[in-house]
Amino acid sequence: MPMTEQATGAHHPQPRPRSGGQQSAPESVTGAKSLIRSLEEVGVDTVFGIPGGTILPAYDPMMDSSRVRHVLVRHEQGAGHAATGYAQATGKVGVCMATSGPGATNLVTPIADANMDSVPLVAITGQVVSKAIGTDAFQEADIVGITMPITKHSFLVTRAEDIPKTIAEAFHIASTGRPGPVLVDIPKDILQTRTTFSWPPATDLPGYRPVTKPHAKQIREAAKLISAAKRPVLYVGGGVLKAQATAELRILAELTGAPVTTTLMALGAFPDSHPLHVGMPGMHGAVTAVTALQKADLIVALGARFDDRVTGKLDSFAPYAKIVHADIDPAEIGKNRAADVPIVGDAREVIADLVQAVQKEHDEGNKGDYTAWWKDLSRWRDTYPLGYDQPEDGSLSPQQVIERIGQLAPEGTIFAAGVGQHQMWAAHFVQYEKPATWLNSGGAGTMGYAVPAAMGAKAGMPGSAVWAIDGDGCFQMTNQELTTCALNNIPIKVAVINNGALGMVRQWQTLFYNQRYSNTVLHSGPEDVNPDARGTRVPDFVKLSEAMGCYAIRCEDPADLDKVIEEANSINDRPVVVDFIVHEDAMVWPMVAAGTSNDEIMAARDVRPDFGDNEDD
Amino acid sequence: MSKHTLSVLVENTPGILARIAALFSRRGFNIDSLAVGVTEHADISRITIVVSVDEFPLEQVTKQLNKLVNVLKIVELEPGQAVQRELVLVKVRSDNETRSQIVEIVQLFRAKTVDVSPEAVTIEATGSSDKLTAMLRMLEPYGIKELVQSGTIAIGRGARSITDRSLRALDRSA
Repeated sequence: MPMTEQATGAHHPQPRPRSGGQQSAPESVTGAKSLIRSLEEVGVDTVFGIPGGTILPAYDPMMDSSRVRHVLVRHEQGAGHAATGYAQATGKVGVCMATSGPGATNLVTPIADANMDSVPLVAITGQVVSKAIGTDAFQEADIVGITMPITKHSFLVTRAEDIPKTIAEAFHIASTGRPGPVLVDIPKDILQTRTTFSWPPATDLPGYRPVTKPHAKQIREAAKLISAAKRPVLYVGGGVLKAQATAELRILAELTGAPVTTTLMALGAFPDSHPLHVGMPGMHGAVTAVTALQKADLIVALGARFDDRVTGKLDSFAPYAKIVHADIDPAEIGKNRAADVPIVGDAREVIADLVQAVQKEHDEGNKGDYTAWWKDLSRWRDTYPLGYDQPEDGSLSPQQVIERIGQLAPEGTIFAAGVGQHQMWAAHFVQYEKPATWLNSGGAGTMGYAVPAAMGAKAGMPGSAVWAIDGDGCFQMTNQELTTCALNNIPIKVAVINNGALGMVRQWQTLFYNQRYSNTVLHSGPEDVNPDARGTRVPDFVKLSEAMGCYAIRCEDPADLDKVIEEANSINDRPVVVDFIVHEDAMVWPMVAAGTSNDEIMAARDVRPDFGDNEDD
Repeated sequence: MSKHTLSVLVENTPGILARIAALFSRRGFNIDSLAVGVTEHADISRITIVVSVDEFPLEQVTKQLNKLVNVLKIVELEPGQAVQRELVLVKVRSDNETRSQIVEIVQLFRAKTVDVSPEAVTIEATGSSDKLTAMLRMLEPYGIKELVQSGTIAIGRGARSITDRSLRALDRSA
């Protein structure tokens, strides 16, 4: 069995600092300096944040650091999403910083977002001086308490000498096991206290021992099921990207010949162009992927969590399938769907072990025969490909805009999407061939994610082109970070898919609320209040973007599409915003209506796929 | 739904009780009773939680608890294999006529009278939940003026200690 060099064994994202090693000579410093020195030592090169009263002491030594670059954002939410985008694009821990009170609470949305998508993030917040905690002091907020349910862990530092240890532990917790956000709250007086700094500190986490090595017996059991199956599916989630297990995944897929479906969080984990790839599963998944799971007799879930957007109505999800469920988080296994073979472990180790176990099965003459299965899969794939209709009025089709951006983008381009229709189209119509080229807010569904996340990704990967695919609703939530991009030489490109409406909500109103478009029109006010505003473009995204130091173009005519995209691709000295005025009635298909079974998938409006159910069941 | 008793060993850090209580409410589990205290090891506290859940959600709540960084170990104590105790202090209305009857009940349940006044008797009792319920039922007709009850604490029978391995883990990292 040929295995590539990077496809063997475990990886260790960050060596855990331990006692007993060579410790640096103690330096006499302030708590603030100790914090910055600690960030330098754990390898932080970029911090996104905004200073304020209580975090102020930390910003003074930050100014002298040659290793840590601070990007001054325009809103703390932008700092949080930028750190997330940075982490998703680079695989390193993203770092954001804010002051106490409102600064810290503005980080709540990105922290919740990172928690849902298991992104390694460290948020550092200033806190009011120790004595004032609990007195409702100016700009006091119990941010540890507020973020408790949405962090992997959090710390309130009470002694300056604990700063190096706390930072080391925070980064270790954020980046290992199932990654996630960690909050470090530091009172101002702790930052001002004199202390000593020495690295590496002794860390002490007796209750934190993530299991990475899968159980050999479970692996053998899974391999047996794979060989015995007639209709298997490899259901791949974001855990495979986080474990950097894409090389192993490809070997496993090609060895077994089983179809692969990659979730919204896993796009890029397996090349979209690969013949074994059957598309994305879920509410807006490809008909083939959704149906493959429904008809499967075996689902091998790798770093995926049977999210409700994937399963649809849970009790009718994949009724014939046995489940092999591998995840690094034991709590995910059996949470939504009972597992026949539970495997706790790092996806990379799990898949590497599975490859060997499946190979052994093959050597013993037990190779699964999926010929009949592929006959079905190919028929569905040929009959129900992803597609869209061109608008009859000659206006721009949003799907086509996104498809062409994908096709014209230079190799290795990173895409970040907001949340809504444009996100689903970006998932459907851009081809993802490589890991870490697709960033989005999957679990939390955070509108406004795209611009700051793209900024973070570009800051972390300056050599890659970064396109934010955004909607006009999302764009109006966080576009102020374009100023940050313009002033800090972070030349991202933003495609505003401007249909003048909150498109996904509008789609639901079209389908489920008798076309009563309550509060989803964005480009004009309520008709009875301001009739003259109908059809106007407020705000004018071109002018707005220009005011923020960007190069801005508007595109309304399909004939200009390629020219405009190429122009945007050619500008690399500042951010570029393209306002694509698209047809407002375009809808995302396929679709499984919320709360219904995946068997009820509609390939397009009023088009229920014919699966030849009679011959199958 | 059945009652389950979980013994949770935690690092003695600020906020750990809030983390655990918040996790139960967030995941939609009701805590029947909760008792917290130090153990023989200064760095470890022991939280005894009684929950009414089915087998499957219990597994989920245990796994979620285990993910808390400051949680060292979780053991479910089976009723047959463990000693479980609660403490009640109860103030019962009494006068010269009823006092001796109340004291008789106290003796039957091997409880103690800890305070007496002309209008009331205060009783201290420890025991299993069933025993205390039975005693309170007997006292009820006299008039319960005030009742305070501790959470259940529990310990496994036999020589084995659930803290042993956790202590070793603590020592290794120290």
